Amino acid sequence: MSTLSFRLALTGLSLGLGLALAVPAANAAEGRVEPPALSWSFSGPFGKFDRAQLQRGYKVYKEVCASCHAASLMRFRNLSQPGGPEFTPSQVTALAATYQIKDGPNDTGEMFDRPGRAADPFPSPFANELAARAANGGAYPLDLSVIAKARTYERGFPRFIFDIFTQYQEQGPDYIAALLAGYKDPPPEGVTLLPGQYYNTYMPGHLIAMPKPLSDGQVEFPKGADGQPQVPETVAQYAKDVTAYLMWTAEPHLEQRKRIGLQVMLFLMLFAGLLYYTKKKVWARMPDGSPLHH
Amino acid sequence: MSGHSSYVPKTGIERWLDARLPIIRLAHDSAVSYPVPRNLNYFWTFGGILMFMLVAQIVTGIILAMHYTPNSALAFISVEHIMRDVNYGWLLRYLHANGASMFFVAVYVHIFRGLYYGSYKAPREVLWILGVVIFLLMMATAFMGYVLPWGQMSFWGATVITNLFSALPVVGETIVTFLWGGFSVDNPTLNRFFSLHYLLPFMIFGVVILHVWALHHVGQNNPTGVEVKNVEKDTVPFTPYATIKDLFGMVVFMIVFSYFVFYQPNFMGHADNYIPANPAVTPSHIVPEWYFLPFYAILRAIPDKLGGVLAMGAAIVVLAFLPWIDSSKVKSMSYRPIARQFFWAFVAVCIGLGYLGAMPAEGGYVTASQIFTVLYFGFFVALFVIGLFERPKALPNSIADSVLGSLKGGSGARIATTAVAEPNAKG
Repeated sequence: MSTLSFRLALTGLSLGLGLALAVPAANAAEGRVEPPALSWSFSGPFGKFDRAQLQRGYKVYKEVCASCHAASLMRFRNLSQPGGPEFTPSQVTALAATYQIKDGPNDTGEMFDRPGRAADPFPSPFANELAARAANGGAYPLDLSVIAKARTYERGFPRFIFDIFTQYQEQGPDYIAALLAGYKDPPPEGVTLLPGQYYNTYMPGHLIAMPKPLSDGQVEFPKGADGQPQVPETVAQYAKDVTAYLMWTAEPHLEQRKRIGLQVMLFLMLFAGLLYYTKKKVWARMPDGSPLHH
Repeated sequence: MSGHSSYVPKTGIERWLDARLPIIRLAHDSAVSYPVPRNLNYFWTFGGILMFMLVAQIVTGIILAMHYTPNSALAFISVEHIMRDVNYGWLLRYLHANGASMFFVAVYVHIFRGLYYGSYKAPREVLWILGVVIFLLMMATAFMGYVLPWGQMSFWGATVITNLFSALPVVGETIVTFLWGGFSVDNPTLNRFFSLHYLLPFMIFGVVILHVWALHHVGQNNPTGVEVKNVEKDTVPFTPYATIKDLFGMVVFMIVFSYFVFYQPNFMGHADNYIPANPAVTPSHIVPEWYFLPFYAILRAIPDKLGGVLAMGAAIVVLAFLPWIDSSKVKSMSYRPIARQFFWAFVAVCIGLGYLGAMPAEGGYVTASQIFTVLYFGFFVALFVIGLFERPKALPNSIADSVLGSLKGGSGARIATTAVAEPNAKG
């Protein structure tokens, strides 16, 4: 590039930077607070889920979230498939059997209840959206199946470009973990809450219809040999574990994807290297044998 | 270069077939003996890359269609079924979704390469126009494909874009009702978009055949823009030369493609599209896919709806008229010192428009979009004006001359660094 085009590019760049600086301001105006970036076992090119964390996360989900939220895309059998919490198939069968599932119609045309099977979807807590709203003061508890991929926050220029290389893509999990632990009661001064509204630092606009779901000691975690829980039974830990679990439900083949990705990348790079030298050899000479380049 | 055929059938069966259906001759003449300028740089591998991407999209798309359900109540769930329960369904879907983005990456490189080296000029006007037609078909296909998962951005993107047609006087409303198959975006819209999304790629394939036919008739342009004068000296046969080089370019492109598929599969999508479509809730920012953003910025820059639609349409259609807008006889901008500056400014303007298209349509962003829209169209005016007075650098006598050192054009060819960086054959 010559000087004029360089200057033009510079102008464009500074204009872009100026616009980018406007992004956090716009976010603040909309009542958005950026969640802190946590460290996740499943991030990066070699990322894997932490089985114990997913099992704890499932426990939090089952005992807390599932009383209001559906996860209708999930089936019990998913809990034992590779790359997830990896409960044993017998654990999953026993777990499914603790649920009563409506099935039918049978030979006489009647609907009936039967114990759950591994192939069944997770039963939803409410029959339909209206029933869910009626039971929750008009608010609809969302289906959580893909929620970890359905939430994000604005990264803005130039961070979204760096994200390509750092592979940062955990905006959803970071937001959800921050939200679950982001309640303020009483709310900051000057904020008046209507009935059924709660104050959350990370919710866009800060007003959320979901009451604070987690409190310290609420869910019992597996104990170590000394009789103490292996990880702290705190809101922050619950939030993180259940978020990791929700990331797995949103992307159940994440581990397989990253594992195959490594194989594909290594193969392609080796193949490209071989092709490069083959190409170099072919392009050394014209068909008549004279040099192709000076 | 449609010269005489160099195919010589060697076996009895080949001779028998050649006398009845000379299909092997066709393949030989277009993929083996077809003469390729010896000075092509790596920007010329993107044609082959695009052919690969088209086939990849069709193959993955056909398999996805076996598992997808085009019904507004089931579409979202069926896509998740593909992601969860279909063997390697996640791979197919991520290949297809990211494949669309990579297809556009490749087509934009291809288009800008054509712009820089003047590949639209005589005798390649029809070749170029066919390319613009392919680009339009690609945009329609990609837009309708993005609607199929029936997420929030699918639904609201479809609503915004189809509504544009209502700006047309008299027939606008009728067209919109026809596109929707009703009075709002709903199940009939999804059904017809699925049908058209399946049809259009094959129409693209048809126009690609014409595009390649036209290319093989007039021959490839090259970084000097000087036409082939001596086939022996200026060109090399397609196989093995272009075959191996295109294959290498393709594999390098696949590395980038795979990086996104396996490590950042949702980078180019929107989180909102993992929320099932809900006609009662409008997302705070409705943003199209990144490859439409420059045109979206132009659309929103014009305060009048019809004006915006026309400006957006003109931004694409103007490309088809480039062969007659550019008044310079010199093809390659390597030899056009002034036009080259404007080319790079145009690249910057397009990127700037892309950024503005992603921003909310308010305040300074709108003003900036308006300035950049004027600059976008200004480039085409400039191409006409510059050609009238610009004094191009001296062109090499032939392609062979430019490669073998008597480069009279001088340092202008720096952009073709890949050509310069070709492995040197010493001795």
